Amino acid sequence: MKARVHVMLKNGVLDPQGEAVRHALGAMGFEGVEGVRQGKVIELDLAETDTARAEKTVTEMCEKLLANTVIESYRVELV
Amino acid sequence: MHAAVIVFPGSNCDRDLAVTFERAGARVTMVWHKDIALPAGVDIVGVPGGFSYGDYLRCGAIAANSPICRSVVAHADKGGFVLGICNGFQILTETGILPGALLRNAGLKYVCKPVHLTVATTDSAFTRRYEAGQTITVPIAHHDGNYFADTATLDRLQAEDRIAFAYADNPNGSARGIAGILSRNRRVLGMMPHPERMAEPLHGGSDGAALFGGLVDQLTDA
Repeated sequence: MKARVHVMLKNGVLDPQGEAVRHALGAMGFEGVEGVRQGKVIELDLAETDTARAEKTVTEMCEKLLANTVIESYRVELV
Repeated sequence: MHAAVIVFPGSNCDRDLAVTFERAGARVTMVWHKDIALPAGVDIVGVPGGFSYGDYLRCGAIAANSPICRSVVAHADKGGFVLGICNGFQILTETGILPGALLRNAGLKYVCKPVHLTVATTDSAFTRRYEAGQTITVPIAHHDGNYFADTATLDRLQAEDRIAFAYADNPNGSARGIAGILSRNRRVLGMMPHPERMAEPLHGGSDGAALFGGLVDQLTDA
């Protein structure tokens, strides 16, 4: 089973990289981009076959390592 | 007074930190990140600057989960002293020993230059040799030094007099200009600037030396 973890800076935490991308898009002539947030995607190959157990384990991984919950939110997707 | 300096793959200020502790009168043991325990009788743990684990995932995140860091957390929990500088500060926030997090600099650039810091409290072993409100010059060298914490945490740090150093001219967007903070028991200091790089005249200044001098004196007397 594969798990895909999406990690984003929380709303309210300034994302200077997203802002730089937004400025660049505007400079390139792409109009109407009102906000850009940049995050990361982490893909995991799991030996686990039980969806509930996989979700529980990956959530624990997010809490302990994959995301810093002081500044980041995460979403786990099992595929 | 016995100091341990942790060495991670990618640490690059570990020897500077060790030399500065030694010149202040401490005995220093270097401790490898795969070691499980700190040497017996260690008074303070130094977590040095650098790029531990190549800053992979987040600065300090992987180091914070390395075997030795469990012992560093236990040392801090027992009331032991810890000094985290630059990447060391990032690691201490990732372990949860200190609150908040260090974000990418607001200007997006790596900033490497001497900065002026205001000594915001003298009520700690680290800052006791300075005058309250004194301005000192110490270099910074980081890409992710933009201190962030929620408003309640920032208010608490201020109310509890736990901001050790503040930037005179904020170089990275840090909340409330914070350059360094103390733990609740005032025995853990995390700071982005490098006092060990401004600790003798040949460095171009020695404003950082008083931090180590005050520390060694206090811990030796204890």
